[in-house]
Amino acid sequence: MTSVAGPAELARQATERILTDLASAERGIVVDSPPGAGKSTLVVRAAAELAAAGERIMIAGQTNEQVDDLADRLAAGHPQLSIGRLSARGYALSERVAQHESVQVGTAVADLARCPVVLGTAAKWATVTEASPWPWAIVDEAYQMRSDMLLRMAGQFEKALFVGDPGQLDPFSVAETERWLGLSWDPMSSAVAVLLNHNPHIPVHTLPVSWRLSASAAPVVSEAFYPFTGFTSATSYGERRLVWNTRAFGRNAVDTALETAAESGWALYELPHRQTLRTDGEAVRACAALVARLLERGAQTVSERAASSPVTASSIAVGTAHRDQALAVRRALAEFGIIDVVADTANRLQGREFDVVVVLHPLSGRRDATAFHLEAGRLCVLTSRHRHACIVVARAGIPELLDAHPSVEPVHLGVPAKFPDGWEANQSMMSHLAEWRVPAL
Amino acid sequence: MSLLTALARALAAETGRAQPIRTVRHVHLSDRPLVFVPLRLAGEACAPLAALVGDDPGNPVMLTVHEPRDRTQRFDFAAALAAVIVSYVDGYTMPEPALGTPYSDAPQLLVPNPQAIGFARLLGRSTRFRRTEGEFAVKESVPLLGRWLSFYSERSESPASALLVSMTAVLADHWATGQSAAEDANLAALLAWIAPAPGMTGAASARAAEDPIRFPPAGPTTDPSFDNEVLRTRVNAIRVAKATGDGEALLRARAATEAALRTQLEPTWELMWLGVDLLRGLSEGAHVADRWKSDRWAFTGHVARLREGGAPQPRRDGAVASAAKLARLERDQQRLDVQRAYDDPLVMAEYRLAGEAFAGAVADAWPDRVDTSGKRAKLRPWIVLETAERVMAAPGATVTCPDRPGQDAEIIDVTVAGRATRVTLQLSGGMGRSLVALPGSVPAVGEELTYTALRDGFEPVPRFPDREQTPWTHGGPPPEYVPAVDGEDAAEDLS
Repeated sequence: MTSVAGPAELARQATERILTDLASAERGIVVDSPPGAGKSTLVVRAAAELAAAGERIMIAGQTNEQVDDLADRLAAGHPQLSIGRLSARGYALSERVAQHESVQVGTAVADLARCPVVLGTAAKWATVTEASPWPWAIVDEAYQMRSDMLLRMAGQFEKALFVGDPGQLDPFSVAETERWLGLSWDPMSSAVAVLLNHNPHIPVHTLPVSWRLSASAAPVVSEAFYPFTGFTSATSYGERRLVWNTRAFGRNAVDTALETAAESGWALYELPHRQTLRTDGEAVRACAALVARLLERGAQTVSERAASSPVTASSIAVGTAHRDQALAVRRALAEFGIIDVVADTANRLQGREFDVVVVLHPLSGRRDATAFHLEAGRLCVLTSRHRHACIVVARAGIPELLDAHPSVEPVHLGVPAKFPDGWEANQSMMSHLAEWRVPAL
Repeated sequence: MSLLTALARALAAETGRAQPIRTVRHVHLSDRPLVFVPLRLAGEACAPLAALVGDDPGNPVMLTVHEPRDRTQRFDFAAALAAVIVSYVDGYTMPEPALGTPYSDAPQLLVPNPQAIGFARLLGRSTRFRRTEGEFAVKESVPLLGRWLSFYSERSESPASALLVSMTAVLADHWATGQSAAEDANLAALLAWIAPAPGMTGAASARAAEDPIRFPPAGPTTDPSFDNEVLRTRVNAIRVAKATGDGEALLRARAATEAALRTQLEPTWELMWLGVDLLRGLSEGAHVADRWKSDRWAFTGHVARLREGGAPQPRRDGAVASAAKLARLERDQQRLDVQRAYDDPLVMAEYRLAGEAFAGAVADAWPDRVDTSGKRAKLRPWIVLETAERVMAAPGATVTCPDRPGQDAEIIDVTVAGRATRVTLQLSGGMGRSLVALPGSVPAVGEELTYTALRDGFEPVPRFPDREQTPWTHGGPPPEYVPAVDGEDAAEDLS
């Protein structure tokens, strides 16, 4: 299919350029990866190539979950490679890593001396005391890592490849202080920001093709959240489809929303305007009802991967802004007898992929638009987890709310303005969703 | 704003009186705090205009800068302020503590609002690098004052510290009023809700407190009408008297300026001590002394640094120092959150409403359960807690009961049955060494308990590289600090 060859060729060329740069003399290289652009594939490939060249590589992820994912993919793709999994004491190894015989587990680097590739969380690497640094490090999800963590582990390596998604949620701190704003080494900013502040010559690459987002989703997400770099979808229009097993009997708003999403990839299920508590019972029930109806009717996905594959509960997710909302959604789903659907906050959905995602809009029912609820990264994570369809559940009135609450974040000297601004990204997303609006009732 | 605070605010608006939202005081309050009410000249970042300062409510020290734009007078003010503050602080450095212990008490500074803390920070920054000899020499006490103010304002960034406290912040943390948070930032309006005038509601009292004659702003910014109508003419009179060389007129004009400024400071001074009295009316939370001990340690450390002749605090933190300070701030914040919830049922109630803690009665207990799956048999009793509250924690999570801090409980199962939720917990620790639990160490059936994921445990201090080992990702090792050579201007880094 020639339509696929274009994006695939673009992606291949970008990867080649990155690997060529990797071999050059620079101390570091940064790769920006939009949602589903093959970040893990790149990490696995880079690790394998460096290992093949005889280098020892340390790989740092941000959570045990991410590290296990990488270890699994690396071991599956390169079974002859001996892999070390550095872990804290008391960490129970996940099954998907334990199944590979080539993976060794140790709590100290000395236990893994024979492994050319060793993976661990950044927090674990920060505790390692070793005399000689590693020639190479790969830092995964580097935009989620705070610069103080990089400071603690940077002594461990000579050169590094930093990979991450700049559009996702920024690192977070419970400390409220503006003390270090504007300093080039602000410990509260991301590792990549500080790295580039001090090493402006480091090359920054961007992966140009999203394998996850479909042709209907990629342009929307790209325009709202990646206005300057942009990316395209690896698939073309019509290549990904959602087909129903049954037809709706009669017509109601839930069915209309599901069918709109199946056809266009997007739907805005709009509840009547109302100011609500943080956990809005009606909106929560609407999320659960959409998921329940989808499973009840049964659907098949048609994609470049398989001619037909059923949409199961575990391939659906509900994303929220707050933990108590996620809990309420889980409760509501349990009332429908559904337990395998993932319902979680944006922070925890980062890096994951589903066929269909239902999003409880962060601004739904709110009286004000705070910086937390406006954050571009939050909406970006929620609206870029899906391969086939995304259904946003929201109360009416979000565009008016946005108009009433322009961004009022103070401007600080020496702090680069953040693009896209959360307010603008929200407006862009809402104006797109308006086309696929389905009023409830 | 938590649900409980929102409710308290609604109640306050309805009843016309501020509602207490804490059962205990979560901040240390000294027996003899030093109250500092500064004013600065409008339009200047840090030009002191006047201040009332002292530890005796009936006898404050009044400091005035008659010509606030005159830099010499500015540093004379700093010297006069140093005479009060440094001698107050020195009073706490006796007797010397035994080795390995902090001073038994530390000096506490109270200011009206966060802006006053910002003023103290700027005043500290502008004085701590001043030279005491050479062309623009200042008194020896001036850089010393700068170092103390810098120390205090930096400590105040930690939410767990009570060395330098803003009155509006503490009061608003303990009482909910029926007005907005922006109105709460006005000390007079906030106190009007908490302690309204007899026979008046909080709202009416707060409206009366808007009168800038009776209740001028608590500073450091002055009332613009006062600036235009009073201060300008008085300062002009001083200038004219100086220009004409009329000594008597100069004295008169200075006295008039001072009297005018006093009218702007005294109401706030009274309010500050009213606030102190209100806070004294609350009993202290159980962990407040623990946090104050950290403050006493910080004070002890700073005294030692001054005596050793260490360099003043740097203009800005280096890469390693800022990361280490952030780690300390985050530990402080976490510790504070846990301790406040443990000390105060109203704070814990907020966590319960959010599903992050749950309270209930023990419905079932298996106190002699032994886990034999490992190499060694371990005592691991199970209890079942029945609660009517939301439980957010999932199986596998570890929770703790504030009444039993040494005992961890792992959630084995959460079952929702109608309105009740049954939580099965596996206990470990705090039950003695044998395979039979010590009497009373396992909760009995019927006992009412609260469990929460908040834990007041030891957290290892993260390791950071030495300053000289700052990695390339953070700009490499910073250059050494070199004090400016006498007679030369300090190099200003404008980057």
